[in-house]
Amino acid sequence: MNTVTNNTDFLLAIENLTVSFDGFKAVNDLNLYVDENEIHVIIGPNGAGKTTVLDLICGRTKATDGSIKFRNRELTEMREHEIVREGVGRKFQNPSIYEDLTVFENLELSFPRGRSVWGALSFQRDAEVTGRVREIAEMVFLDTLLDMQAALLSHGQKQWLEIGMLLIQDPELLMLDEPVAGMSVSERKQTAKLLNEITKGRSVMVVEHDMKFVEDIAHRVTVLHQGKILSEGSMAKVQSDPKVIDVYLGH
Amino acid sequence: MINLKSFMARQDVLALLILAALLFVVMPMSMDIFRLNLIGKYLTYAFVAIGLVLCWGKGGILSLGQGVFFGLGGYCMAMYLKLESSTPEATAIQSTPGIPDFMDWNQITELPWFWEPFNSLTFTLVAILVVPALFAFIIGAAMFKRRVGGVYFAIITQAIAAILTILIIGQQGYTGGVNGITDLRTLKGWDIRSDDAKYVLYFLNGALLLGVLVLCQFVLKSKLGRLLVALRDKEDRVRFSGYDVANFKIFVFCFAAVLSAIGGAMFTLQVGFMSPSFVGIVPSIEMVIFCAVGGRLSIFGAVYGTLLVNWAKTTFSETFPELWLFGLGALFIAVVLVFPNGLSGLYRSYLAPHVDRWIFRKPPEGGSSGADPLDTPAFEPEPAARPAE
Repeated sequence: MNTVTNNTDFLLAIENLTVSFDGFKAVNDLNLYVDENEIHVIIGPNGAGKTTVLDLICGRTKATDGSIKFRNRELTEMREHEIVREGVGRKFQNPSIYEDLTVFENLELSFPRGRSVWGALSFQRDAEVTGRVREIAEMVFLDTLLDMQAALLSHGQKQWLEIGMLLIQDPELLMLDEPVAGMSVSERKQTAKLLNEITKGRSVMVVEHDMKFVEDIAHRVTVLHQGKILSEGSMAKVQSDPKVIDVYLGH
Repeated sequence: MINLKSFMARQDVLALLILAALLFVVMPMSMDIFRLNLIGKYLTYAFVAIGLVLCWGKGGILSLGQGVFFGLGGYCMAMYLKLESSTPEATAIQSTPGIPDFMDWNQITELPWFWEPFNSLTFTLVAILVVPALFAFIIGAAMFKRRVGGVYFAIITQAIAAILTILIIGQQGYTGGVNGITDLRTLKGWDIRSDDAKYVLYFLNGALLLGVLVLCQFVLKSKLGRLLVALRDKEDRVRFSGYDVANFKIFVFCFAAVLSAIGGAMFTLQVGFMSPSFVGIVPSIEMVIFCAVGGRLSIFGAVYGTLLVNWAKTTFSETFPELWLFGLGALFIAVVLVFPNGLSGLYRSYLAPHVDRWIFRKPPEGGSSGADPLDTPAFEPEPAARPAE
């Protein structure tokens, strides 16, 4: 319990994290570490607290107790936009994009410059911005659709666009909440390829239910159950853990 | 002003020119000064409606209390004019000469401290802009930092409009009460009631309106304009992209407040009085209707919407006074149900394709422009700014 103030070598160190909603502990005394350049997948049954953990890291939910350290800087004290500026990006479960704007504008607004009121007023769409937008659009398979209104994209394309909006911010830690939910088989494959590509130089935390997809991408898997860690390790190790089979994977 | 083209597309320049021709040529030539003065009065509401386009249409922040800021601007102007017309000579019959008449009637024997600075025109002009901005900042900071939004924000602004009205009416000795501040005569010795002055004020008002439109166009074409739309769409996404959302909401709310106040001050000058009936809930909601009828996404639409509704109001309430309010209600319902994007929406769907074809020799849009074609430039922007081929 006295590890709270210690510094670590991990990119992200979650220690003794607890959050309770009216006495119900959605996350209970959780310890979780994410290494540099790691794809860390969180799985678990519904209500296990997976999304809550992501919410806690990005500041959407305030922790009742414990600490979240990102590069040894405490995140629980910061406001959401400050956490983003530290280098933590978050993708939501449902594609969360600006439907009335074009793909280009969606990416441009996510470009990390001119984030104050005056900065936004004086922001110029210069070569650096356009170049970066094109580069990211190509990565997320949307380079031919830059002028399209985002509302007209398919569900899978919207998911990619949101991933692109995070990539353009170049976060050191990228958190994805069910990135392949509702995607076709071929879109899943493309997404897995995309994730393996973007993890160069950054860490990714993924919450996912699709076991096949998890197998494809995970370096390390954490199984949550009732706000606590049930099992942790490689996919193979977790899959053979009798406790995990019992509560989640099934026989 | 780096490059006019970068924020004024050809359609916008055309819209501005048409409006300028209408306001500066067609209207003055076809109307007597009485009617023209009425148009001038309507146009002061257009400032509020334009502010609502930014705040509500683009940013999704519905304020039902814009009358507050219209009133603050109007009252600041009225206080200065009232003091100028309350010289000791002009008010010699009062028991305390040299103070506004309504103060004398309320047994006030000395000019209240907050009236003193309004002896200065410079102070007054600054106050017209700063007082509403400050007030909007306080409301905005209190609400948006706490993440109060949507319906709750609308209700609170409405409550503020009610409170301010009650305050003005209750503090009769300091504010002129329910009658407002009346009998305004001169501005630096220049009689604002004369026909000449009314012409000058009408043109000044029109010029200010066009200036405000250009300024708004600049804001909307900047990244901030696109951020407002993004905020309306997915506030959380903006927040988790590293923006402090509250600051942007406060900015646009203050901006709209300042525009409303300019309208209010011009109202006082052209109409010659200011009263609480332009501050409260009813006028505030009427202004939202002007904006909705014009099309809450278009700043030019807001001007036409304001003119149309007010013209209808004057015409119908002269003929069928008791039916007018039902008519206004029906109009609002019709806008919401039948053409939610208002006049500008109708223009965009039915007329704009023809205008583009005939004037700009441009093939009609491929239907890809949706509800809010913020950025569909008809001309070629500089290569770097071109999103994609």
